[in-house]
Amino acid sequence: MFNKQQRFGEKAAYMLLVAFLIIITIVCLAPIWHMVALSFSDKSAAAAGLVSFIPVGFTLTPYEYILQDHRFFQSFWVSIQRVLLGGAINFVMTVLAAYPLSKETSEFPARNKLMWIFIFTMMFNGGLIPWYMTVKLTGIMDTMWALVLPTAVPVFNVVLLMNFFRAIPKEIGEAAKMDGAGSFVTLWRVYIPMATAAIATVTLFSIVNHWNAFFDGMILINDQTRQPLQTYIRSLVITPMLSEMSSEDLGALLELSERTFNAAKIVITMIPVLLVYPFLQKYFVTGITLGSVKE
Amino acid sequence: MKTNRHVWSYYIMLAPPILLVLMYEVLPLLGLVIAFQDFIPGKGVSGSAFIGWDNFTYMFQLPESSQIFFNTIFIAISKIIMNLIVPLGFALMLNEVVQVTLKRWIQTIVYLPHFMSWVILAGVMVNLLSTDGIVNSLLAGIGLDPIFFLGSNTWFPVVIIGSDVWKEFGFNAVIYLAALTAINPSLYEAARIDGASKLQQLRYVTLPGIAPTIILLACLGIGKIMNAGFEQIFNLYNPSVYASGDIIDTYVYRIGLTQHQYGLATAVGTLKSVVGFILVVVSWKLADKWANYRIF
Repeated sequence: MFNKQQRFGEKAAYMLLVAFLIIITIVCLAPIWHMVALSFSDKSAAAAGLVSFIPVGFTLTPYEYILQDHRFFQSFWVSIQRVLLGGAINFVMTVLAAYPLSKETSEFPARNKLMWIFIFTMMFNGGLIPWYMTVKLTGIMDTMWALVLPTAVPVFNVVLLMNFFRAIPKEIGEAAKMDGAGSFVTLWRVYIPMATAAIATVTLFSIVNHWNAFFDGMILINDQTRQPLQTYIRSLVITPMLSEMSSEDLGALLELSERTFNAAKIVITMIPVLLVYPFLQKYFVTGITLGSVKE
Repeated sequence: MKTNRHVWSYYIMLAPPILLVLMYEVLPLLGLVIAFQDFIPGKGVSGSAFIGWDNFTYMFQLPESSQIFFNTIFIAISKIIMNLIVPLGFALMLNEVVQVTLKRWIQTIVYLPHFMSWVILAGVMVNLLSTDGIVNSLLAGIGLDPIFFLGSNTWFPVVIIGSDVWKEFGFNAVIYLAALTAINPSLYEAARIDGASKLQQLRYVTLPGIAPTIILLACLGIGKIMNAGFEQIFNLYNPSVYASGDIIDTYVYRIGLTQHQYGLATAVGTLKSVVGFILVVVSWKLADKWANYRIF
């Protein structure tokens, strides 16, 4: 069907396409890679702008310096606690809400009305100020609870998991009930094991969200020793930038000697996400396409 | 009798999540009255005086208000369009790759920025784009003047939109890739037998096959027009780019939580919430009508 020339043309086009994709991929990774190279470089080389993608004057000094940074470890520990507690709460709340809402109205008459409460929060919210006042009013400011309770129910995850539960044949749940299992037992023994992939996805998502959140830690926690890591990193890297930008000296963005130290802190902050990344990648494609599962 | 018992257990299950939603999502709605008050924190909602629509009229008199609404909508719409097109192009290209290992490596790398926080990525960008950063070294290398990307009103929106695409294009491509694998391979076979070239296959098989997905994502995009991306801009902006980068959310934060003008800040936030609500309803309606998609 094809003559030789056409086939050669297609081959060349394919090579070009692959080359282009590889370039995109490299460009995509380059900024982060640059950061890693910077964190292992000598500070004067970094200040002179000599570092691109290979460390210049390889040193571990920035990382040794972090070992002495008490606040870094404090915030790191706060973030770990937050991820564990917050992730567990998110998991429990998502499962508890998704299961009853996955039932038909014939089985659970109030289902639609209750569903609307959740859906409404996806469509409308009171905005920052009333939310802030409410959190203040509930008396959890400056505690770990401020970081985990306001975000306790991830409504989007509830909808995802609810759709997944709906796709499980009803007969399976009914068989369990015939055997005398109550709703809690059916949920725990039948539905949760059948939805492992979906639950893993939403839980990993909420873990990453908790790890990455900085804003609530910034406005709800005044005590610096209780702020999570991202909030600390922000105050370390971003805030100095903001203040220097507004000053006359627009050129020098960071204290140059600090640059490699900050790079090292940013790299360490990335590590936990990199650790869960293989698991995330395994599950999230299922997770995203879950949304299209219909009743 | 038996059904009844199950219904009760459903209520018990739902009680904790509903309670928390009522507390942190619904209760704040009562706080919207602050938008109509001369709110003084010491006096609280019940003690502060009602002033009708004064906060709203004051908001429209402020010189910066139209700029802020413009910035929000401009940045958001640009992001929505770019985040539709770039991932589509990427997914179409990646879909052609036959080496499975290479494909997986590319995917692993391009999804990565999605899972990083804007604090981290902003730290990375600041290093990259500062006047003594690597990008400006490269520009100097080819004989160009340094550009102050994060301090210039011409460049700031470009940086914001570009870095958002960088963070999200790989992840957004996942949905397209899923739609592409759902296209029946026999359609391509038939097209090939009829002598269709690669481009003709793209035009007559691939694009019609993923058109519903494109339409769906475009519809859902409408609901995001009031969200220009608070976390990103908050970590990258500074007073010298307020003219091009200040958005509703950053403005509400500044006048509300740092300048303590609670009434005004709540009024601005309320306007955003109401418009956003209408847009979300419209987007869901359109998604239902044109893409036959219901979110719940």
